[in-house]
Amino acid sequence: MSEAKLDFLDRSRAFWNPGKTQDWQDMGIDLVIDRREGYYLYDMDGHRLIDLHLNGGTYNLGHRNPELVQALKTGSERFDMGNHHFPALARTALAEALAACAPSPDMRYTAYGSGGGEAIDIALKTARHATQKRKIVSIIKAYHGHTGLAVKTGDDRFSKLFLSEDTEGEFIQVPFNDLNAMEDALRGRDVAAVIMETIPATYGFPMPHEGYLPGVKQLCERYDALYIADEVQTGLMRCGEIWACTKYGIEPDIMVTGKGIGGGIYPIACVLISERCGGWLKEDGFGHISTGGGAELGCIVAMKVLEMVQRPEVRTMVRYISDYMRAGLDQIMAAYPDFFIGIRQHGVVMGLEFNHEQGAKPVMKHLYDNGVWAIFSSLDPRVLQFKPGLLMTQADCEEVIRRVEIAVGLARDEVMGASHHTYRKSA
Amino acid sequence: MEPQVRTLVDIADTPAALAGQADIVLERARWAAEVFRRFDQKLTMSIVDAVAKVAHENAGRYADWAVEETGFGVAAHKKIKNELTAHPLVDFYRDQDFVTPRIDESRKMVEIPRPAGVILALTPSTNPIATINYKILIALMTRNAIVISPHPAARECSVDAAHLLSKVAQEAGAPDGVIQIIEHPTIPLVEEFMRSKKTSVTLATGGNAMVRSAYSSSNPAIGVGPGNAPVLVDDTADIDKAAKRIIESKSFDNSALCTNESVLIALESIDKRLCQALRQNGAYICDADDVERLRRYLFHDRGFNVETVGRDAVWIAKECGIRVPENIKVLVAPIGQIGVEEPLSREKLCPVLAYHVVRTRSQAISQARAVLRIAGAGHSAAIHTSDETAAMEFAGAVEVYRVVVNAPCTQGAAGFATALAPTFTVGTGYFGRSSIGENIGPQHLVHWTRLAYNSSPDEPFGSYHGVSVNLAGPLPTAPADGVPGSSRSTLRPSSSSAPTEGSTDPSREELRKLIAEELRFILRH
Repeated sequence: MSEAKLDFLDRSRAFWNPGKTQDWQDMGIDLVIDRREGYYLYDMDGHRLIDLHLNGGTYNLGHRNPELVQALKTGSERFDMGNHHFPALARTALAEALAACAPSPDMRYTAYGSGGGEAIDIALKTARHATQKRKIVSIIKAYHGHTGLAVKTGDDRFSKLFLSEDTEGEFIQVPFNDLNAMEDALRGRDVAAVIMETIPATYGFPMPHEGYLPGVKQLCERYDALYIADEVQTGLMRCGEIWACTKYGIEPDIMVTGKGIGGGIYPIACVLISERCGGWLKEDGFGHISTGGGAELGCIVAMKVLEMVQRPEVRTMVRYISDYMRAGLDQIMAAYPDFFIGIRQHGVVMGLEFNHEQGAKPVMKHLYDNGVWAIFSSLDPRVLQFKPGLLMTQADCEEVIRRVEIAVGLARDEVMGASHHTYRKSA
Repeated sequence: MEPQVRTLVDIADTPAALAGQADIVLERARWAAEVFRRFDQKLTMSIVDAVAKVAHENAGRYADWAVEETGFGVAAHKKIKNELTAHPLVDFYRDQDFVTPRIDESRKMVEIPRPAGVILALTPSTNPIATINYKILIALMTRNAIVISPHPAARECSVDAAHLLSKVAQEAGAPDGVIQIIEHPTIPLVEEFMRSKKTSVTLATGGNAMVRSAYSSSNPAIGVGPGNAPVLVDDTADIDKAAKRIIESKSFDNSALCTNESVLIALESIDKRLCQALRQNGAYICDADDVERLRRYLFHDRGFNVETVGRDAVWIAKECGIRVPENIKVLVAPIGQIGVEEPLSREKLCPVLAYHVVRTRSQAISQARAVLRIAGAGHSAAIHTSDETAAMEFAGAVEVYRVVVNAPCTQGAAGFATALAPTFTVGTGYFGRSSIGENIGPQHLVHWTRLAYNSSPDEPFGSYHGVSVNLAGPLPTAPADGVPGSSRSTLRPSSSSAPTEGSTDPSREELRKLIAEELRFILRH
């Protein structure tokens, strides 16, 4: 490590976040991201990494995508954040673009947050207003953000620390893929909404069982609860359609999109609200106020993102990337069957499962040493989040597979002992 | 109220947007090529045959459409061209295998075919569908992905045809994206495609400006120059047959093919007989006044009058005030000089044939060389003779790479009335500032990796029969657990990927201007 980086890390500990800075050093990841371009990150010491983390799809279209940068630059010649009190050209234009590709024909309105957490809070408040009920059901190990209401829907790891966990019994959590538990939670008809990530990301992408999500939707209808689709990570074409919930036949009442919708260039998050849930927007349109939410420059970028992800070429690319990666990973799995035991996949949303309770961490470390950045699932460290971008080139996919094969072999030896040094047939 | 998708901030014309548009199409093509190269000969040819079949079946429909859209040519002739570039083209190469490795025991070598990857194919307005058929089929035969950049004047029929053939190819098992077309081509956008690292080679047929641009792009290119074919009829020729073939050639598709005869050079001794025979076959021989009218009408200060491209002889005669019978197929314009002084010795993509009489064979050769100095170097020429020495002298002297003997030049040079390879890209070689001097075919879209053994007799050659490269075929579809019907093809009709924001199709007038500009470039000298 360079002197410059050592010095920088000291400053990071001193002025930014000592705990987070140190944790990464302890895990052997001394990454300080400097330059970034496409799907490449360059550490401040020059080390190149292929980014498979993409911050949950934030960099779906690559880092500093030139078209998005151009949209922002050109947009800034006319717009700024805008005045959130007034009807605004860009906010309305993005709302129309979202309505045109919404997962349900009833979805009409868009309310804006400056980030995903705020948007989740808006969604929950909207559901409470629409149903005049307070309870929210989510999935155990769910993750929807860190703001006031969102944090209560998730793992208490993030709420207790700040004495912000639910104490009123308003936030109920049930196991994923368990319709009986879901029905039990809804039976009392006192639930405002179920909030559901179409594929729970931070939990390592367990796949919904056949019929599970439509079953949840049916239960919502039976017990007068709303269905909120959290499409922050699964939306924007990552699963092969613009919104993953549509692949399960779900027409949500409220939907949230964030991260990738800002193209990694300008933070913005959006809540799509159906006509029947949008009552507060008529009753008191000033009910939720956000100076940064729906900043008009963000809207300009988001409109470009929507146009880009809906190009027919992207649909093909996602299929090629997911098929190609799967074929390569299947071969690696066959070479290390005692360690690399599963692949969870929907499109370019993938979780690699390892046969050790912290198995994804050494894989992450060896991938890092081999020029690939992919992060473990914080709520299930057996699983490595493996999320190639929508526009990844064939050459880069081949590079990734080549490097993953090496890293998995090294991690396996580290975790399970270098027992077999025999030549393994190359994946 | 229905939501509208509107553009507030239009970046469609910025370099970033143009590069982005090109990149995504080309990367899709690269993915397709990567999968396609895993296909074996049988699967490859089944795709080729499926595409050829549909191209053949639709030859007439697209011929009508192309004539309607461009205003050029003769629908019946275009139908023939569209057909020739379907089954007959594939049959011509049927016995050649561009997919399976070749084993050469005598040289102790194995040759493995390696497709180019992504072919960028520029197609002209004069032969839009024939060129599309031809380029798509030679790309498929060699397991390449192809991106077509159509001429704006023939955009609609080209886009429709490419989509149809793409659909057929995919249904026959080709990887998604093997055939794509730039739906809204503009010069800056096409230049982005040409210079992208993801383009393996540009196959450029069309205006000289685009061909030179392809060669300047820093990528490999196979481009061809303009034609201006001289045709010599000597005193040993069968005059009647020669006249018949020349008229047949010159009136074919109203001379929209660049292989058409431009200047007929006749020996004095057969001049009268030839004129008579030309008349009998449908030519009108102009008098001096007619020639002056033609000269002024076809060439003005800005160059060739593009209004006349692919128009029929009677139409042209009427436009410049020459009274001719309604059954006339070709206007023959006697000219006394060849060279810069005589515009009619330039290329004419219409059924007007310049006619020049010479005294000797050596004068004929020097005049033919002069024709090609004006334009058409490396392209085509024809001779009608029964004297082998004359043919050899002529062919060895004129700076072209194909000299058609006793056949219509239009069809003959393009490989449809001779044993030359059937093509819609006539390589003009070094004479014509091009990389290839023969008729372009699939062999130019594949290179070979050679496994070369030690030539010493001590080192035996391996046994390669039954040993193959890994041709795994299509990629298996990745499962998506728990999604009903997730394995079904989600192919949708491809909609435009080109910048449509705020832009409208160029008007007819703008198109005319564009073509005019391009043709001027070709015909200026």
